[in-house]
This record gives sequence, C-alpha cells and structure tokens, in this order.
Amino acid sequence: MPQMNMIEAINSALDCVLASDRNVLIFGQDVGYFGGVFRATDGLQRKHGRDRVFDAPITEAGIVAAAVGMGAYGKRPVVEIQFADYIYPATDQLISEAARMRYRTGGEWWSPITVRSPYGGGIYGGQTHSQSPEGIFTHVAGLKTVIPSNPHDAKGLLIAAIEDDDPVLFFEPKRLYNGPFDGHHDRPVQSWAGHPASAVPAEHYRIELGKAKIARPGEALTMLAYGTMVHVALAAAQEAGVDVEVIDLRTLIPLDLQTITTSVEKTGRCIVVHEATRTCGFGAELAALVQEHCFYALEAPVMRVTGWDTPYPHAFEWEYFPGPARVARAIRQIIEV
Amino acid sequence: MMRALHNGLSLHVPEPWCRPGSKANFDAFDIPAAGSVARPPIEVEPFAIRELAYSLVRVIDEQGNATGDWDPCLTADVLKRGLRAMVLTRVYDNRMVRAQRQGKTSFYMKSTGEEAVAVAAAMALDRADMCFPTYRQQGLLVARDWPLLDMMNQVFSNSQDRLKGRQMPVFYSSREAGFFSISGNLGTQYSQAVGWAMAAALDRDPRIAAAWIGEGATAEGDFHHALTFASVYQAPVILNIVNNQWAISSFSGIAGGERTTFAARGVGFGLPSLRVDGNDFLAVYAATDWAAKRARAGHGPALIELFTYRAEGHSTSDDPGKYRPGSEAAAWPLGDPIERLKAHLIRRGDWDDTRHAEMLAEAEAHVRDVGKQSERLGTLRSGARPEVSSMFEDVFKNMPPHLRAQRDEMLR
Ligand SMILES: Cc1ncc(C[n+]2csc(CCOP(=O)(O)OP(=O)(O)O)c2C)c(N)n1
Repeated sequence: MPQMNMIEAINSALDCVLASDRNVLIFGQDVGYFGGVFRATDGLQRKHGRDRVFDAPITEAGIVAAAVGMGAYGKRPVVEIQFADYIYPATDQLISEAARMRYRTGGEWWSPITVRSPYGGGIYGGQTHSQSPEGIFTHVAGLKTVIPSNPHDAKGLLIAAIEDDDPVLFFEPKRLYNGPFDGHHDRPVQSWAGHPASAVPAEHYRIELGKAKIARPGEALTMLAYGTMVHVALAAAQEAGVDVEVIDLRTLIPLDLQTITTSVEKTGRCIVVHEATRTCGFGAELAALVQEHCFYALEAPVMRVTGWDTPYPHAFEWEYFPGPARVARAIRQIIEV
Repeated sequence: MMRALHNGLSLHVPEPWCRPGSKANFDAFDIPAAGSVARPPIEVEPFAIRELAYSLVRVIDEQGNATGDWDPCLTADVLKRGLRAMVLTRVYDNRMVRAQRQGKTSFYMKSTGEEAVAVAAAMALDRADMCFPTYRQQGLLVARDWPLLDMMNQVFSNSQDRLKGRQMPVFYSSREAGFFSISGNLGTQYSQAVGWAMAAALDRDPRIAAAWIGEGATAEGDFHHALTFASVYQAPVILNIVNNQWAISSFSGIAGGERTTFAARGVGFGLPSLRVDGNDFLAVYAATDWAAKRARAGHGPALIELFTYRAEGHSTSDDPGKYRPGSEAAAWPLGDPIERLKAHLIRRGDWDDTRHAEMLAEAEAHVRDVGKQSERLGTLRSGARPEVSSMFEDVFKNMPPHLRAQRDEMLR
C-alpha cells in the first residue's frame, strides 16, 4: 500500500473525487497553479484542468458565497480557506446561508459544499495562523465538522465529507501534515513514514462521518480528543503510565455519542482535551454530554485540558499549547479521585 | 494588461503573462512617459479627473531627470533623507531575513522593490498623520525615524518587545509613530482607517489618515466598506493600493486586474483616483502630497494605486520560483526605487557613487550594531523573553477571575 503523509493523503482524496465526479471542483487562494501554500492541491490543476482547480480572489466571504451558489446549481465545490484564522469573513455565508439552506427551503435547496482549512498551532504562527475555531461552528445548527488525526483517516473522511450533501467544515491539523506530532516540540521532528496510519490506499474509499475511533483501548479512564491532541493524549497516557482509553472523535458534528458513553461507563473517568480556548469550547459540550449520559458511572468530575482563554501568543506557543506534561498531570489528578 | 475576452461558453480563469520556464515578459504593460500626466488643482471634482485612474503619474524619466508638473521640487536634503530611509529599509530587511534563516526568529517579510511606496508617503505626510499599513510598509517606521532596535525587538519577540512576544514578526504597532497595529487578517485596517479619519473630521482635527492594502486584498469586503464609508462621509483619508503584481502565487488578474486598473475601483465610488509609478520616489511623494493637501483642505478622500513589483518572495515561507520566472524582477519595466532616486540625485549633481557607497556602508554598520544589541536582549529561540505570565494580561483591561485562575494553573 502507498505510504502518504497527511498532505499527500488529502491530495489523493481530492484527486479521487475530481476523477469520480465531474461536478467536483476546487478553488481557493493559491490552490491552482501553485498547489496551495501547504501543497494540498499540488499537481491537481495540471491533471484535472484549470477550470476545475483554480485560484480564487482573496475574499473568504466571496469564496464561500460562490460555493453556495455553485452548490445551488448542482456542483459539489470544495474550497480551501488558507488558514482557519481567516475563515471569519466567511462566517455569514457559512452560518446564515450554507448551514440553513436546506432547512429554510424545506429541502428545496441545499449546500453540498466542503470547506477545507488548516487549523491549530505549533508552527509559531502567532495569533492569526494558529487558531482552532471549531467550537464556533459546532455551535451552529446545520454544519458538520470533521477533524482527522492521521493520513488514512484524512483521506477517507475527506472523501465522505465531499460526497456528503450537507455543508462540511474539514479542519486539518497543520502540525500533523508532515508527521505525528505529540506535543514534544523540543524533540526531533517525526515523519509519517513507517506509521501504521500512513498506509493509505491509492483508490477511493470513505470513512463514515459520525464514527469515532478508539486510538488506544484502556480501562482506567477515557480521554476524548481530536486532531493534533490525539497524539498528545497518546503520549501523555504513556508518560503517566496509566491505562487510558483514547478516543479519536474524528467527527465533532455529528458526534459518535455511543462510543463515548460505552467507554465512560467502563472507565468511570473522563478527560476532554483540545487546543482551542477553554470557555464555550467543544470540550464544554462533551463534558455536558458525559455528565448527562454517564452521571451514575462517573467516579470523578469530568476534566478539561485546553488552550488558555487568550489569543495564541507567538513567543509563548508552548506555554499556551496543552502539551503532554499538562495532560499527564490531569491524568494523575483524576486517577487519584 | 487589459486582455480581450474570448471565452465562448466556458469559464474564464485568468493566467499570468508568464510562468517558470518562460522568459519574463511585461510587453503587455503600457508605460506612459514620465511627465506626461497633468497635475490637477487639489480642489478638482473627481469626475473631471477620471482618466488619471487609467494613466500613470511618473516624474523621474529614464535619464534620471524630474519632468512634468507632478515634480514635487524637493530639496537635495529631503531627497537624500528619502534615499537613506529606503536604503536603510532594504538593509534592515536583508539582515532580518538572515536572522530568520539562522533560526533567531520564526518568519519575516521583506519590502524589497517597494521601499518608495512607504518612505515617500511617510515623508509627504505630516508626522502626526495616522498610518494604517500592511505588513509591507516597514519603510513608514524607518522614514519616521522610529528606532530600528524597537523593530528588531519585535521581530525577535525578545525581552524588550513592546508587543510582549504576542505578535508574529513584522506585525509592528506604534501609537507614538502613528503606525496602527498590523492585524494578519488582510484588509481589516482599510476600513478602520476611514473610521479614524471620520473621527478626526468630527473633531475638526487637521490630522488625516492614510491606509495601505495589497492589490490581492482589495477583493476582501473591507476594501469595499472602506471606499463606501470614505465616499459617503467624505472622510479625510488617503486610500493606497499597493499593486505589486503578486499576492503570494496569485497574479493581479486573480484580483480583477485583467479587466481594469485598481485605481479605477475608486471611480465608481466618486473618489479622485490616481494611478502612480510606485517605484518613482518623486511621483509617490507628489501624489501623496496632493491627496494630503486635498484632504486637509476639506475636499475629502482620495485613492492612489501604486504600481510596483514585489521583487522577492512573499515571505520567508515562500518560494516564488515555483510560480513565476526568476528573471521577472530584473525585467520589471519601472526599475528599482533606490536606483532611480540615486540616478536622479546624481543627475542633479547632488550625489555620486562614492557617497552612495559610503551611505550604504554606514547603513549596514548601523543595522549590524543595532542587530547585535537587539540579539543581546534575546531572540525567539534563546536569551531573555518577555515575562511568561504576561500572556494573560491585556486580554481585558482588568484580568477577570477565570484568567487569573488559568494563569495560576500555568505557573504551578
Ligand atoms: C483574511 C486573510 N485571508 C488570507 C490571508 C493569507 N494571506 C496572507 S498575505 C496574502 C497575499 C496578500 O497579497 P496582497 O494583498 O497583494 O499583498 P502583498 O503580500 O503582495 O503585499 C494572503 C492570501 C490573510 N492573511 N488574511
């Protein structure tokens, strides 16, 4: 099976759907000839044509609005927002338009669009190249939100997202593009080569949206994670020497509640981790769901380990990032309760 | 630059004049002779000067002479100050890129080839006028004699960084220098500048605002909000569009440059709109001076397209060889702003190669000294940093309890 890093897996997913569906087209800033600032669309314009993979003007509102219009015509646009931090100008088109199109028209119109965007920190991008805005969109009725944690999932989930008839936000953990980063920023950079999840079929396959995956089975506590934090959670579990069950949510909306509750019923303890700011983050929703559904199984309060409630500071990236030391500390703490 | 449309029933996707592997080619660019555009009185009706949005204000000709009635007739002293600020900006940029390559900071953005856009404008504006720049107008700070040490400290996020390590390199801010905080989100400053100018008008304040935006970012909504507000309220603001031909890998056609000029954007809003040779120090100075006098005299806003070329990569993260021929910068028909002003000064008899070499050496020595000084105060990777706990400050004026708790948790 071919070995791919996450960029190559995303590129392969886009290549597959461009080939399988004439209605799929890709546009965004610098995605055409150049192939995107992170190279996700490299070579796709040459292969599929300039009118199926092309550069867009620098207006995120315009990009998403055009996608909504193309979707209304019958196309299946996949757009790239260069950094998740730059999605905000498009929020009106996403929240007021794409998200509600099916509902407000009783199913007469819909928005089968996919918005891909790199998110998260770890590259010294400061406050405008590091944010994790997923919680803003999971709060909106009508938007699906997907966040992969490895090349194999990225390809299958992206194909499923594109083929889905509802609008999907597909946030790509940019710090995982080239390797499985576990938060140890001071250690040598790892590549995906040799990692089991870098074995990615060349052909078209889907991973159903709304299905979590157990990244590490365990008995002592449940840790809910997605994106980069899956790898941080795995490292922290090992470093704390505790038998943690790490669940990689993969899709935030729709959420695989069943896998979560089955695990927490078993372990009786739950920690939620994410890189996004804490207050009103997706972790708050997860914590609420766990206490609603597993209250009588819980032996300790649900804990959260997250980014702080500040903008992402350039020089203090690693003090901000909820790395393995912080997560391991939470593991030790919850185990003692 | 304008191309005929022959799409039939297909989607038109613009492509630039050349790509890597082909020869740089600017033949399609129509470059009017220096001095060929007349300078209207500052109180002119915008409608009467529509054609200025489609021509090109140029002063310095191919021989280095200043020609035509846009010549601002500056003294040799002023010109030498301008030349030095442009040279200093370029030397500073080069040193910061080297520091980035050595791992002393994360990122850098040069303004090479575009120094006149910022330096000449800063010199034509009053020191008290308020600038709303992009990340490529560091020349404003240099021309306003803002200490390079302060700029470097920001680039290194070191212990003396006035922004406390919070911003990416080059996202400067200086209230004292009249230099508004750089966002990172393109275009936001443009409409904010109009708001500042409206507020100044409310107070009958003689200060005006000036804003800059890249041609790529004119596609953002903020650009259009700015023109709307400027036009509706006749705000005393100068709206500059820096058309350096490229927005990362996207050529100006992706921002609409195939069909008309960027200056022409202003015509539809009833703004007096000038298209100016951005590599011509005298032309940039004269156009800014014209617009500033006009705004200060109560005749409202103006728009200026500065026609220039991004001579180097977008940033240290970029490799322009992947999307444009390497020979393009050398082939740029409007030359280099430093070389052109130098040639003009020599032509006037006010300068020579020896003095130029001396000035360059002096600028390099200065930048080297300040660089060492700044590095002693810390760099991103080593040495002193701002206080870590300070990352929780300034989220709000007063730190609320939940941030106090998080700060204590972090420091545990
Ligand atoms: C809202 C937003 N979208 C996208 C970006 C990413 N980005 C940074 S610079 C840039 C190109 C800007 O080009 P232009 O406006 O022409 O200015 P130049 O860099 O050429 O000076 C892009 C797309 C951003 N910073 N902000």
